[in-house]
Amino acid sequence: MMFVRSFLLSLFFLVFATPLHAATLAEYTFEDPQKAADFREVIDEMRCLVCQNESLAGSNAELAVDLRNEIFDMMTAGQGKDDVIRFMVARYGDFVLYDPPMKPSTYPLWFGPLVLLIIGALVLIRALRKKSVTQETELSNDEQQRLDTLLKQPSDSKDAKK
Amino acid sequence: MIPEIGHYALILALSLAIIQAIIPLAGSYTNTHSWMALSRPLVWGQLLFLTLSTIVLANAFLANDFSVIYVAQHGNTKLPDLYKISAVWGAHEGSLLLWAFLLAAWSAAIALFSRNLPLPVVARVLSVMGMISIGFLLFLLLTSNPFDRTFPVPFEGRELNPMLQDPGLAIHPPLLYMGYVGFSVAFAFSIAALLGGKLDASWARWSRPWTTVAWVFLTVGIALGSWWAYYELGWGGWWFWDPVENASLMPWLVGTALMHSLAVTEKRGAFKSWTVLLALFAFSLSLLGTFLVRSGVLTSVHSFASDPERGVFILIFLLVAIGGSLMLYAWRAPYISGGGRFDLISRETFLLGNNLLLSVLAGLILLGTLAPLIYDAMEWGKISVGFPWFNKMFVLLTPFLALLIGVGSISRWKHTDAAFLVKQLRVAFVVSLAFGLLTLLPLFSDGNLMVGLGMGLAMWVVTSHLVNVKERLKHKAGFNGFLRDLSGGGRSYYGMILAHMGVAMFIVGVTMVSNYGIEQDIRMSPGDTANIAGYDFKFEGVSEFPGPNYNAHRGRFLISKDGEQIAILLPEKRTYFVQTRPMTEAGIDWGLTRDLYVSLGESLGGGDWSMRLYYKPYIRWIWIASIFMGLGGLLAITDRRYRTARKRASSTSTLTAGSSTPAAAESHS
Repeated sequence: MMFVRSFLLSLFFLVFATPLHAATLAEYTFEDPQKAADFREVIDEMRCLVCQNESLAGSNAELAVDLRNEIFDMMTAGQGKDDVIRFMVARYGDFVLYDPPMKPSTYPLWFGPLVLLIIGALVLIRALRKKSVTQETELSNDEQQRLDTLLKQPSDSKDAKK
Repeated sequence: MIPEIGHYALILALSLAIIQAIIPLAGSYTNTHSWMALSRPLVWGQLLFLTLSTIVLANAFLANDFSVIYVAQHGNTKLPDLYKISAVWGAHEGSLLLWAFLLAAWSAAIALFSRNLPLPVVARVLSVMGMISIGFLLFLLLTSNPFDRTFPVPFEGRELNPMLQDPGLAIHPPLLYMGYVGFSVAFAFSIAALLGGKLDASWARWSRPWTTVAWVFLTVGIALGSWWAYYELGWGGWWFWDPVENASLMPWLVGTALMHSLAVTEKRGAFKSWTVLLALFAFSLSLLGTFLVRSGVLTSVHSFASDPERGVFILIFLLVAIGGSLMLYAWRAPYISGGGRFDLISRETFLLGNNLLLSVLAGLILLGTLAPLIYDAMEWGKISVGFPWFNKMFVLLTPFLALLIGVGSISRWKHTDAAFLVKQLRVAFVVSLAFGLLTLLPLFSDGNLMVGLGMGLAMWVVTSHLVNVKERLKHKAGFNGFLRDLSGGGRSYYGMILAHMGVAMFIVGVTMVSNYGIEQDIRMSPGDTANIAGYDFKFEGVSEFPGPNYNAHRGRFLISKDGEQIAILLPEKRTYFVQTRPMTEAGIDWGLTRDLYVSLGESLGGGDWSMRLYYKPYIRWIWIASIFMGLGGLLAITDRRYRTARKRASSTSTLTAGSSTPAAAESHS
């Protein structure tokens, strides 16, 4: 009788407990190394929703552990990285992704820096063009006189070399 | 009674700040000498009262005076004295007091080291400092008074956030704030110049050392914060693009651009209006950074709105400071004359490129940091912008900066022959390219392009500067010339070289640790051994260990390589008595070429623990790099021309102040 009960108990643990109670990332094992890398990447690039700016991989909050387990189950059941992302976004929105998705509403975010760079470069080129047209600034007579007095001081000559 | 003295001193400081903002400025327009001369004593008075305020608050912490709300919230009888002091700036109210105090200290430094600046300039600069001070003191007194009392008096304080109970983080805020506040000096010089309508080489020469000092503080402050995050948070990383980190990086990038732009303005009289704009932005971003971190707006728009008093004040203050200075700029900048001509291939152009890239980097951090807030506020859906986005953007842009650094520092002002550049740099280029390709070989990286790019660029920065130094010494009679150079006017040049070597080290550190870092997240029982990168980590178990205001679980690890013991690591997991959140203290064996890092996770029962073991190659180079940059900056400001500039200033000043005194040529040494 005892034997049967403990057998049933261990069977119970075998079925339900092993994958769901991984305490460390090392206990999530995959046969396919590519899968393991994908798993790691997915949980690295997702936000633990109840923490202050921690990833699913880094956090030990209950929700983070649960979600890690869920993602692990999905991936061992044969689903890929994209499936996991689709599932998580459907449930929690884009907020869960550290890497914001590329779509019309995020175009300003993704292309903003490029636009900034182009505008900056155009302004710069315009300024350079103008520069080559305008003359050197002229000094008033009074200022020129003072400048001359200053330039007679020898110590300036060394600095000016640079 | 004593806390009221602190409160009262704040009010007195505010009164002095108001006078300081108005009277000397008015005097500079009406040419009233006595009004302008008031600025210095007013500054000293402000510093006196704010020092008093700060000491009073520190004393309240040391004396466990929990009738003061701020002390009751962040103090505790069991808190070690060091952290009682650092608790002064450990939260919102106190950190603003530190800000105001440091502002007064920088103002006093201007008052002290401006003996030879024309009085109208001093008066205007200190008036602007007074205006900033008014903003901060009003904010303190109206919304965030650290001396507010509570009754009944609590029996015990709620203690400083355990995360901040660390020597590194005790000095991190003062350093960072020294940088933030330091940019107020360049800001004040710029506003004063816009008001006075004169911007020239001597203006740039005065602003330059101040800006460099502020930049040095900010550099070291940020590095310290990153180092702290590495050993205290137990995640093994050094930068997470957290909004709090971004807030400090933006002013740093713009400040770096400002330093380079000031060089052009000083040497060539060019980029004047651009330099002024950068000075305005560097300080505006410092203000923004302070408030972003302190207002809680970053965690959620809603927590910001829940304290509308502070939120509204911050918005108005930022609007007045940033908007006002930009309006002044729009009004006066068109009158700033152009400056010297330069050709397309010249140091000026390359420095403009550097400025453009640095500004775009700062701009994109602002975009990425604020985007979640903007999207939320506009109801475009909640998004997160995290490290993958920032990393992509930085990997795209920063290589161009590293390329420019080598070309820019060797090219000449005004005009450089393309042939000269090619001749100078071709060896450096070939060596760097070869080195980059070499690291792609299977022996090193198995074709990891990022490693090739990083190592090639680092080599480029080093070799192009070696050529640069060789070229300089060729004209200076070798080693003796080098020594003579170092004793005199060459220090800003060697400061630049030193700081740029820091850049190379930084690239090496980042490249190595992000491509070759190893992490293992495992469960260990006492007696277990894990092997990472050839190092054996033997876990000997965890024992309890009492601290002054916490209980710790302390793990013991023997680290050995090839059977030879290298180190004993004692990572801790602490539970503080008051705020029961668990804190980690990583165990680290540090080395120049690698760190070995252990952080305790959770107890899993039966003596088993989950832990994280890391192998972090070359990560120290990241922080050592910042020390190099800081030393470079310090070396640069000891350059002879800033010392003689002081002696000579009475002569140069006449050009700026427009007074009629004849140039005092004899004052030169």
